[in-house]
Amino acid sequence: MIAEAGLIALWLAAGLAMLQFALGAVGVRFDREDYCAAIRPVAVAQGVLVTLSFLLLIWLFLRSDMSVALVVNNSASVKPLLYKFAGTWGNHEGSMLLWVTVMGLAGAFIALFERSLKVKTLVTTLAAQAFISIGFYAFLLISSNPFERMFPVPQDGQGLNPLLQDPGLAFHPPTLYFGYVGLSVAFSFAVGAMIARDVGPAFARAMRPWVLGAWIFLTLGITAGSYWAYYELGWGGWWFWDPVENASLMPWLAATALLHSVTVLATRDGLRAWTVMLAVVAFSMSMIGTFLVRSGILTSVHAFAVDPERGSFILALLAIYIGGAMALFALRIGTVREGARFEPVSREGALVANNLLLSAILGIVFVGTLYPLVVEALTNEKLSVGPPYFNLATGPLALILVAIMAAGPLLRWRRDNIKTLLGRISFPVLITAGALFLLVLLTTGMSVLSLLGLALAVGVAVASFAPLWKRNLRRTPMHTYGMVIAHFGIAVALVGMASESSFTEERLVAAVPGDEITVNKWKLKFEAIEPVAGPNWTALEARMTAQYDGGKQVEIAPQNRMFAAAQTQTSEAALLTRWNGQLYVVLGEGDAQGRWQIRVWWKPFVTLIWYGGILVALGGLLALIGRLRRRYVQHKQKLYAEMVL
Amino acid sequence: MKAKHQRLTLAVLALLALVGAGLLAAFALQDQASYFYTPSDIVAKKPAAGQAIRLGGMVEEGSIRHDDDGVTVNFIVQDGTERQAVIYTGITPDLFVEGSGVVADGKLTGDGVFVAETLLAKHDENYIPRELEGIDMTGNMVKTGTLVE
Repeated sequence: MIAEAGLIALWLAAGLAMLQFALGAVGVRFDREDYCAAIRPVAVAQGVLVTLSFLLLIWLFLRSDMSVALVVNNSASVKPLLYKFAGTWGNHEGSMLLWVTVMGLAGAFIALFERSLKVKTLVTTLAAQAFISIGFYAFLLISSNPFERMFPVPQDGQGLNPLLQDPGLAFHPPTLYFGYVGLSVAFSFAVGAMIARDVGPAFARAMRPWVLGAWIFLTLGITAGSYWAYYELGWGGWWFWDPVENASLMPWLAATALLHSVTVLATRDGLRAWTVMLAVVAFSMSMIGTFLVRSGILTSVHAFAVDPERGSFILALLAIYIGGAMALFALRIGTVREGARFEPVSREGALVANNLLLSAILGIVFVGTLYPLVVEALTNEKLSVGPPYFNLATGPLALILVAIMAAGPLLRWRRDNIKTLLGRISFPVLITAGALFLLVLLTTGMSVLSLLGLALAVGVAVASFAPLWKRNLRRTPMHTYGMVIAHFGIAVALVGMASESSFTEERLVAAVPGDEITVNKWKLKFEAIEPVAGPNWTALEARMTAQYDGGKQVEIAPQNRMFAAAQTQTSEAALLTRWNGQLYVVLGEGDAQGRWQIRVWWKPFVTLIWYGGILVALGGLLALIGRLRRRYVQHKQKLYAEMVL
Repeated sequence: MKAKHQRLTLAVLALLALVGAGLLAAFALQDQASYFYTPSDIVAKKPAAGQAIRLGGMVEEGSIRHDDDGVTVNFIVQDGTERQAVIYTGITPDLFVEGSGVVADGKLTGDGVFVAETLLAKHDENYIPRELEGIDMTGNMVKTGTLVE
């Protein structure tokens, strides 16, 4: 009965989404205030029902209800509880339901709490949001019903892909989805503002928290995904330019650009058309990302779904939404009046440079990701675009971008002087030059990109705190702290990347128990090979002790796991984290002479990559809290002023 | 700058950035677009020694040979017509077996051996690397009884 209840809730939510769209369309077109007033409760009800439907699906997974096809195909009764829970969205249908649930919740949130926008803009936004949801409801109900029953009821399920059986999976996909959906809200706002002819600071301020929120989630999602690939795949790399990774990077790049341009619009009423355009692009990238991952068009380490029907459906949705928005943009761009002007040397100027560079990087990643697919579709010739292309094309632009990131916040709005900027930035520049000098002197064999990256990162880390210089720290707004921390996080991550690519040391041996392996200051002793067993896997485990620079001995145990349900092997790397880096040990195969392949990496400061990512997200969170608090206070003041008058 | 033309200037700048990015992408792609090679491709248009390429094909039956150091493996990748010798030092993927598909990133040496830096084998029963789809590998594949490690 639970499955049927879930399906009914989903149908009802879909009906309400249609009602929400109709109310908005009619209300705005014919200026019917009663219709406009009704849209808020409908949006809230839709959010509640779709959430209920998703909760029921979670419940089915937790109970391992083997009469439901989705549970059978993606879960097993012996699986640990966490993975039963995460299994809900570790598959196509469940993840689509999660997507539409988050969208419904976002709509309910806007309906409940957004009070500062013009009524017409708000109603159009909610209608646009409902319109997007309708497509996903149709997708779920027509071609991917998550509640479908299975008959005869099998004894047990088929389990979850072992590569995905990891705590990282429990949070990685939903985090990205929150980000994608947040961008869909920004998109709806942009459509609303275009239709209501209301592109201005008020719209930007209403949209900003959603962009910030989406960006925080995307940042966290990418950071977590990178770390997951790093320790789960056992290759020691942290970014592979895999199309699925690019699918999450592209929305992030667009969201980062949008985040900065929306600030210009909110603060200075500039870059109006550009900001609207970016909102459309950012959501397009989310849709393209979903399409790439969900359609199975890519066969890569992440893409597990292979089903052309689904791909065509998402492609059709993508064409309708993006095509519609682009057409609307073309029709309405004339009515978006030019925003406030500024001098080239100004905060706005730096933000424009930021936007152009981010767009250029986005374009490069986009071309590199889609080019092989397009060529294959047209000529049937197979090619692949790999890391050499991406590193070569994006690296230099990224470094320029980081340099501008350090200088931009030190510029005044509207107009500034290049000489005063040079004065303010001289100290970090000096530090960069000093770092570069020391690196050239002390190291050998670093690539030019890493060398420049590391030197620049050190200077930028210092420069990112410059906006706080000589300011009253207690009166500095929270979002300024957010910016400082986020920019500092970028520098920290850059240090980690450059250090990992330049200073990693590696040893690869075939060892028998009793052998010692030395890498950098680490001494590893291979003690024994032992079989071990987990809840649904068995493994061979290498017992080892590791000692850094004559310090305390620590036990580590890399494994080779065999999953019973899926007949698949995975290798579980063993990691030892120290403040100055990470030791990474992988166990390979044994041979006839009783030797075992063991691969060891010492990666100095590699963890800074992900700490940097977390700092960036933390900075975003501070900015979000600061902005929301300020909006709340202003709303209160407005209410108070109205009362007094 | 005349303030009047600011919007136009911004539009032109944006266009320039896009064109620039496009050119940069095209330039880099030209270098790397033929990144993927089958053994036949290597015979047809031999890439320069040391150029980073990706090699794909099937591991030839009976070709896997382990060196004495225990971590280096030699094998031959074939696509039904041509063969390419590969040397790889590292831990082989779990499903790296003779007769199965493999994709290797690496470079050719002067004497024509492909030195692989990473190996990607199919990692479940349904997985075929995208680049290998549709290539006829049946040439000398033996399908029975060889999937024993």
